[in-house]
Amino acid sequence: MQLTITTTHRPATDLGYLLSKNPERHQTFELAFGIAHVFYPEATPERCTVALVVDVDPVGLVRGRGDADGPLTQYVNDRPFTASSFLAVAIAQVLSSGLSGNSKARAELAASPIPLEVEVPVVRCRAGLGKLRACFEPLGYGVDVEALPLDTSFPDWGPSTYVRLTLRATLRLSQVLQHLYLLLPALDGDKHYYVGSDEVQKLLDKGADWLATHPERDWILSSYLKRQRSLVREALGKLLTQPEDDVGEADREREAGEQQLERPLSLNERRLEAVEDVLLRSGASRVLDVGCGEGRLLGRLLEHRQFRNLVGMDVSPVTLERAAERLRLDRLPPLQRSRIELLQASLTCRDARMSGFDVACAIEVVEHIDPSRLGAFERTLFEFARPDCVVVTTPNAEYNALFPNLPAGRMRHRDHRFEWTRAEFAQWARAVCERFGYGVQFFPIGDVDPQHGPPTQMGVFRR
Amino acid sequence: MSTLRIPELSLVALVGASGSGKSTFARTHFRTTEVLSSDACRALVSDDENDQAATRDAFDILYYIAGKRLAAGKLTVVDATNVRPEDRKRLVALAREHHVLATAIVFDLPERILHERNAARPDRNFGPHVIRSHVQSLHRALRGLEKEGFKLAAILRSADEVAQAEILREKAWNDHRDQHGPFDIIGDVHGCLDECVQLLRQLGYAVEGTREAPRVTAPEGRRAVFVGDLVDRGPDSPGVLRLVMAMVAEGTALCVPGNHDVKLMKKLRGRDVKVSHGLAETLAQLEGEPDAFRREVADWVYSLVSHPVFDDGKLVVAHAGMKEALQGRASSAVRDFALYGETTGETDEYGLPERYDWAAEYRGSAIVVYGHTPVPEPQWVNRTICIDTGCVFGGRLTALRYPERELVSVPAARVHYEPVRPLVVPPPPERDAGVLDIDDVLGKRVITPRLGRTVTIREENARAALEVMSRFAVDPRWLIYLPPTMSPPAAARDGDLLERPAEVFDYFREEGATSLVCEEKHMGSRAVVVLCRDESAAARRFGIRGDGRGVIHTRTGRRFFSDGASEEALLARVDAAMAAAGLWDELGTDWIALDTELLPWSAKAGDLLRSQYAPTGTAAGHALAASSAWADRAATRGVALEPLKQLLQRRGAAIERYVAEYRRYCWPVRGVEDLRLAPFHVLAFEGSATLHNDHRWHLALIDRLCAADSTTFRATQRHYVDLADAASVASATTWWRDVTAAGSEGMVVKPVDGLRQGRKGLVQPALKCRGPEYLRIIYGPTYTEPENLERLRQRALGPKRSLAVREYILGHEALHRFVEREPLYRVHECVFGVLALESEPVDPRL
Repeated sequence: MQLTITTTHRPATDLGYLLSKNPERHQTFELAFGIAHVFYPEATPERCTVALVVDVDPVGLVRGRGDADGPLTQYVNDRPFTASSFLAVAIAQVLSSGLSGNSKARAELAASPIPLEVEVPVVRCRAGLGKLRACFEPLGYGVDVEALPLDTSFPDWGPSTYVRLTLRATLRLSQVLQHLYLLLPALDGDKHYYVGSDEVQKLLDKGADWLATHPERDWILSSYLKRQRSLVREALGKLLTQPEDDVGEADREREAGEQQLERPLSLNERRLEAVEDVLLRSGASRVLDVGCGEGRLLGRLLEHRQFRNLVGMDVSPVTLERAAERLRLDRLPPLQRSRIELLQASLTCRDARMSGFDVACAIEVVEHIDPSRLGAFERTLFEFARPDCVVVTTPNAEYNALFPNLPAGRMRHRDHRFEWTRAEFAQWARAVCERFGYGVQFFPIGDVDPQHGPPTQMGVFRR
Repeated sequence: MSTLRIPELSLVALVGASGSGKSTFARTHFRTTEVLSSDACRALVSDDENDQAATRDAFDILYYIAGKRLAAGKLTVVDATNVRPEDRKRLVALAREHHVLATAIVFDLPERILHERNAARPDRNFGPHVIRSHVQSLHRALRGLEKEGFKLAAILRSADEVAQAEILREKAWNDHRDQHGPFDIIGDVHGCLDECVQLLRQLGYAVEGTREAPRVTAPEGRRAVFVGDLVDRGPDSPGVLRLVMAMVAEGTALCVPGNHDVKLMKKLRGRDVKVSHGLAETLAQLEGEPDAFRREVADWVYSLVSHPVFDDGKLVVAHAGMKEALQGRASSAVRDFALYGETTGETDEYGLPERYDWAAEYRGSAIVVYGHTPVPEPQWVNRTICIDTGCVFGGRLTALRYPERELVSVPAARVHYEPVRPLVVPPPPERDAGVLDIDDVLGKRVITPRLGRTVTIREENARAALEVMSRFAVDPRWLIYLPPTMSPPAAARDGDLLERPAEVFDYFREEGATSLVCEEKHMGSRAVVVLCRDESAAARRFGIRGDGRGVIHTRTGRRFFSDGASEEALLARVDAAMAAAGLWDELGTDWIALDTELLPWSAKAGDLLRSQYAPTGTAAGHALAASSAWADRAATRGVALEPLKQLLQRRGAAIERYVAEYRRYCWPVRGVEDLRLAPFHVLAFEGSATLHNDHRWHLALIDRLCAADSTTFRATQRHYVDLADAASVASATTWWRDVTAAGSEGMVVKPVDGLRQGRKGLVQPALKCRGPEYLRIIYGPTYTEPENLERLRQRALGPKRSLAVREYILGHEALHRFVEREPLYRVHECVFGVLALESEPVDPRL
């Protein structure tokens, strides 16, 4: 990873004083993750360029030094070569006097805007070129970007997420270095170390003068802090010099507003409402939620005393852990706690633990099952578990035509194995009824389009 | 001196007042772990073995442990006074629950001795009235013990008798574990004498003599086992009885009783039974026989053991089958199960009792062979098989040869008796043996494969595997194998290589394998091909309908192709090559499983290439180009940075070689015609699991496929090595350099003759030796830099090697179980195990 900084301020070689690095020498600095080289490809009174090249130790990054493992798990990695948090650390450690703006020999120059040009040969920018411009242009930079190809031998692999970045501005050197220090890792979107409260302090130190009013402030904070909301809130509070709670309040108000706005639109919400309604009216007390995910339905049901026994099942242990967290299982009072249970299970295995329920729900589950495994799923639920009632919801594929961002022929989720039209769902449901002795009723969920029907369809099966 | 006979598996109650010497007796005659003492249990829950307040809790755990021991088939001695009837009642109930006998040993010592003993013990501070009450209760109990359900082993009336008593553990009637066969197990005969004789002859038995005095000679070492129902409905029940009774008397046969035999016995003994279901015919036939014979028949049937357990517990024969929990047990419930099986209590449309399908849920390790319910075709269901093929109804008389598991049958001469219920019952839409139960996969599992040591699957690994299997894997019935991981050699100790052939050869030399084959290692994606000749073969052999006639899946059991058309097109090519090479006919199979590498790498690893390999290449290339240019300009200016310039150049060259390396495993795939399949193992086909075969056999067979279709199949270059010959070793090393330079990832080295036992168990079935350029895409583009190489030489191979062997053993086991037509859950357990083992933390670069 590397960058160059060039000035045409005369005498340009004063850049050496600002950085405390002699233009005539090649200097090296040992860092935790490799060696930084500083040298000057060009050093004339008219134009002077300093290069910072960091030779990252790729084996050390995986194996670590000493006992602990390194921060990366892959030897084949772009990290040693892109302008990322590693480069930010190198800037702070190697170009510290430039960054702080303290120059004994050229104090006045350090405090003056001078024409500067920054070249970063490889920046990873997943958020797109627009975001990159939006980050730098408001700070007064002229921005030049060149997208780098992924592999010239295989053009059909498409473009890479890397760009060559050139920035031009008349600013103090310390300002430019501060911008790079915060914005390069934010654009890269990854950190090679644990992101904690320390990071908030770095943001305040390096961004105090310019970040508060930056139009992309929130995105930069969020990306720099790896989308940890509590940290973002803390940083925002300190940056705007407000007490933290106020910001939290403002944040919450805004969120509530957003939800209010979205409420009529949130399909998930309406789906859960519809299912909850069916369950309440059915008089069921023992409810099984297969494919319970993070437990959103269970959380709603827990609020009704009617449901004495709630069991959520999911095949993913990680998802179940998140569900337990979301439902705060470890903090529920004992009586409440005894009403709910989360279990790992597979929808294609007969499972005695699924027996004895009044209702089983499979909310947005069936479309995640391979068509060839549907038979096993049907038997698990309708033949072996055999609850009195089964509630199944699934997307209505016809409605996809109305989603502006969904290309034709694509499904709503990467893991969907199929999406049924209303007719297909009905055909499947009727076949299930015939085979296992159930009857079915269909209900729309969401706003019904006269041509395409509702976004989600629900089948309620009863023995 | 008295000898107390105690069934080997029973619940033994010591009955006697406090101080009568029960604990000392128990210590003398039983193992510590066999004795559950109420005093000890009191101590466990209260720290005080005399704390009467703890009695209730103490007995709770005593009964709990007793229950667990009996369920596990362990003799259990209850050392408590057991003088109160309610205590004994619980013991009898417990014994019945586990279908074991309850045995009582009574200590009826003179009261005077009891008082003396208790007085001498400082910890027994209860008064003499307690002893007196014990003794009185005991005396009241004595007469009724057998009525309560105990077998009375002895009443010991003096200290001398107690001291001199000896315990003799008696084997259960049904314990034939020391008899290993081979057996010929014969289905329900029902008076079909001619067919029975014909079947015996077909099995190699010489049947001579007359109908009244038959003489049967068994083939060397073999014995017939009749599953019962010798009589009723058929033309000559007395003739069958004479034949089988003679065989049993001579030791050429064993027989278990069937419900018809028992009913006949009851009738002959004058009991009032309903004469139906063909009993009338038997009685009429017996009219012509002497009285003595009728008595003999009744006594003989009475003497038969209902469900013998053979061959170290691996085989159980019972007329109507036997659940796992009841095997080897003794109770009237067990005997009833053996005679009648399990019924739901309802009757079917023909008025016959509806049978509960215990076999569908059977998960025992013993094979259960039974009859009782006529079936059109004997079928293995979870290690059980019903071999009653309805001879008397005009079907066939069938025998199962054990341990060969071959079925031999003769057709009925005619319909001797019209069945009430038609013999041909429509088969259920899908065999229940194809259903997996969550208990078949979840939780910690211990698998016992035939290649030796057991393999343990940790619970958290099973959890991870369950998710992968459920969400992504193909129908588990297709999954008869998942490939094992493979270890590299120890790192080269010196030189500029990380891996080289020398260390591979060192390993095999030390393990005593000197004849090796080196096979070119193709760089693509692992693909297991399971192919049937048509969909009906898929339905017949795999139980799969409507999911194509085969599958191509990855090493984690995922379908290789997201569209069925590509899969079918490639399968069609394999099928055509199989046919063209004449292999379908030669192997006598309509399905085959191959282990292959599917090329190019980019066909399956496109995501990985686009998200990791190519980005690293392009980022590194541009980064180093820029840095080099800057360094050049600085050097031109006279700045001294020659070492940095050289470093950047070296790095740049390494990146270029890295990019060239991954590129050569990529080419555009427009359709199936651009794919190449490189098979290297024939895994299995009908009747044979061949993973462990000699590699010359594998390669010869695969060469014929390649010859039949050289476009689809890519041949595997190979080089044979004799480690005793230095020239051979040297030429193998050169060969490795050549194939890796020419585009192979590296080579795989295997002992030619397949499987080998080494110094510590199984030798690695294969080691891989990867080429130096290929390793750039494993260890990073610049791994060859000396300071990197030195660090990378440190690598721990132990876990990887252990994993490779365990996964191989499980894959091998899965194939064998499938070929032997074991139930799905038994095959799946192994395949699932391979996937679960893959979650073990092992360096992924090895």
